[in-house]
Amino acid sequence: MEIPALVGAGIVVIGVGMGIGRIGGSAMDAIARQPEAYGKIQTAMLIAAALIEGIGFAALFAV
Amino acid sequence: MNSNTTILDQVKKATLLFALLFASVSLANTKEEAQSGDLKTEIKEYIAHHLQDAYDFSLFSYTNEKGEHVYIGAPLPIILWDNGLKVFSSSKFHHGETVAEVDGNYYALYHNKIYRTDANGTINYDEEHHPTNAKPLDFSITKSVVSMFLVVVLMFVLFKKQAESYAKNGGLAGGVGRFLEPIVLYVRDDIARPNIGEKKYKKYINFLLTIFFFIWFLNLLGMTPLGVNVTGNIAVTFGLALLTFIITNVTGTKDYWLHIFDPLGSTMPWFAKLPLYIILIPIEVLGIFIKPFSLLIRLYANMQAGHIVLMSLIGLMFIFKSWIGSPLSFGLAFAISLIEILVAFLQAYIFTMLSALYFGFAAEEHEHH
Repeated sequence: MEIPALVGAGIVVIGVGMGIGRIGGSAMDAIARQPEAYGKIQTAMLIAAALIEGIGFAALFAV
Repeated sequence: MNSNTTILDQVKKATLLFALLFASVSLANTKEEAQSGDLKTEIKEYIAHHLQDAYDFSLFSYTNEKGEHVYIGAPLPIILWDNGLKVFSSSKFHHGETVAEVDGNYYALYHNKIYRTDANGTINYDEEHHPTNAKPLDFSITKSVVSMFLVVVLMFVLFKKQAESYAKNGGLAGGVGRFLEPIVLYVRDDIARPNIGEKKYKKYINFLLTIFFFIWFLNLLGMTPLGVNVTGNIAVTFGLALLTFIITNVTGTKDYWLHIFDPLGSTMPWFAKLPLYIILIPIEVLGIFIKPFSLLIRLYANMQAGHIVLMSLIGLMFIFKSWIGSPLSFGLAFAISLIEILVAFLQAYIFTMLSALYFGFAAEEHEHH
């Protein structure tokens, strides 16, 4: 485990955190605007979050 | 003047305090350096050991007054194919400490893998420190396999009871069925129907329900003190994703394959499509394999990471060695456990959801316009 690899993984995790945070925030906005579409928004949010999360894990396991 | 001296005093005090702190920290470091190094590697080994599959179902172990390791648990059968079937109990290995003799052949455990050795259990290495001993084909009933059998039996009993309760109560769920019915309906109405479509979802619902409950129960079993880590095993998630892959491609309609090999259809003449297809078709073909691959990595990495975090937090207790360690470690581990119970459901949901999405692609039928 070299230090550049660890720093790189850290940067990826920051990016993943920001990405999932944005998805969650946008989903909140959308639900507040259209509470009746709660189920559909949540599903779409989870799929997008899961896809980004995969990248984060790939980075962590590459270290 | 007065204020100046007080500031000076404060600076002196702060320096003194800082120096004291620093000294105490460095003192503590020198004193415990030798011990904590060993402790950290021991904790790391313990976590690595927990994440791996095992040849015996050991619940815990301790060292008694005589300095012997005592293991509490049950041995499991080992099934090898090595010029003939060899079946013996894993208790012959004594948790990797001894060499097992079966019909004149000797087998030894090395890094949780079985190798054929001589009577002394010698392992030969090549230059890169990989063992060169022969590896027999291994079909053993390991800890993970036992856990999977357990979940299979549990699922069979639970859902059989549910089915029987419908017959008994005239179409109403009873007993455990009352708990399971909403989840089954959720998988059908919120996962299968919207993603696959009203016409074809019935063809896939059996697989989706099975895989949802299988993953969910295995994830939850990982949170019990049994210490099994089945869905955090890449071979298991590979098998599950392989099923999704096979079903997607075997049930794929003409439109599904056309979408891959002729995505532009009749909108363009063939000579215009040719340069585009040199790039497009390889990407689409790669996509067939990337979809199930992302499924297998996601489930594996999530469960593996959850177990690592949980075990590391419990390990904090032994690293801190002060009154703060125990409540801190307990509190954090408790909070993460609650999150992990949520993650157990979420990962089962996402695996089923994405499988349904891929089946939806496979089952698509365009009205050609």
